[in-house]
Amino acid sequence: MSEQSKQFWAGVRSEIPLLIGGFPFGLIYGALALNAGLSKAAAQVMSSTVFAGSAQFIAAQLVHENTPGFVIVLTIAVVNLRHMLYSASLAPYLAALPVRWKALLSYLLTDEAYAPTILHYEKEGLTPQAHWFLLGAGAVLWTDWQLSTALGIFLGAAIPESGSLDFALPLTFIAMLVPVLRGRPAIAAALSAGVVALIAYSLPYKLGLIVAALVGILVGTVLEGRKSTGESS
Amino acid sequence: MNIWLVMLFGGLITFGIRFSLIYLFGRFHVPETMRHALRYVPPAVLSAIIFPELFFHEGVLSLSLDNTHLLAGLIAILVAWISRSTLITIIAGILALFLLQWLF
Repeated sequence: MSEQSKQFWAGVRSEIPLLIGGFPFGLIYGALALNAGLSKAAAQVMSSTVFAGSAQFIAAQLVHENTPGFVIVLTIAVVNLRHMLYSASLAPYLAALPVRWKALLSYLLTDEAYAPTILHYEKEGLTPQAHWFLLGAGAVLWTDWQLSTALGIFLGAAIPESGSLDFALPLTFIAMLVPVLRGRPAIAAALSAGVVALIAYSLPYKLGLIVAALVGILVGTVLEGRKSTGESS
Repeated sequence: MNIWLVMLFGGLITFGIRFSLIYLFGRFHVPETMRHALRYVPPAVLSAIIFPELFFHEGVLSLSLDNTHLLAGLIAILVAWISRSTLITIIAGILALFLLQWLF
């Protein structure tokens, strides 16, 4: 086997445990996006354009609340901004590639593709065919996400529209929120953002969400800064 | 903005973020403050969405027992804490909501 296909299949294999977790998530997304009021086509297209789980769930919720498009796009940007760290962290390993390769791998750069790839790169160091690993991990995750979305849409269309199902999206967010509440700054970020979201709820264009998120991020960052200066002094 | 434009721009911005530093390698470094701030994006954004869903009942802030969404949400937080599973949290939350709406 050539070094290229060896790397590619190593990437695919490293992704398998994450595919098992990803599939039900895509299924839930497809079904809930439909219930939130997205068309079948829009729900599927979002999985291939945005291609980022949590941002897609949030966008579906915002569509359901009749949020203006520019606020949805802004929220997607805020939610996905963390991918800049992945981009920074993988950049040295991909620096020698032509731009079309960089573009393709960037498109495939999700949380789930990043995690096994950076572990592999840190272990193996800079190797000439390393980009095939990320391609393998990214491509198989992409396929998993498109298929699970499609199946979710299919199942979602079979479930009768119901008011109680509207509650499934906020419940999904609760399931995502609880594991990230580690440490006081994170809890304070969540509480302050939540309270501001209530106060700022009536702001025009549903901008309350963005304001609340920014306040929460600020509170978390400031508290963390205080804690670390407190420890060092 | 049309839904298709949201899909397009949402996708372009996401791609741009992922592409940014792979493309600009060596010419830009993520400031330390931003690195820290990004850690608080998930808790802040998620609870900014969750709070209004739980606390507003028919458009009005409601802290009473009539607010079944709030009670069901609190049950779901507990279930999420114990189970760490999205699917179990959704099922428990929906069941709790049904049960509470039947009780109250």
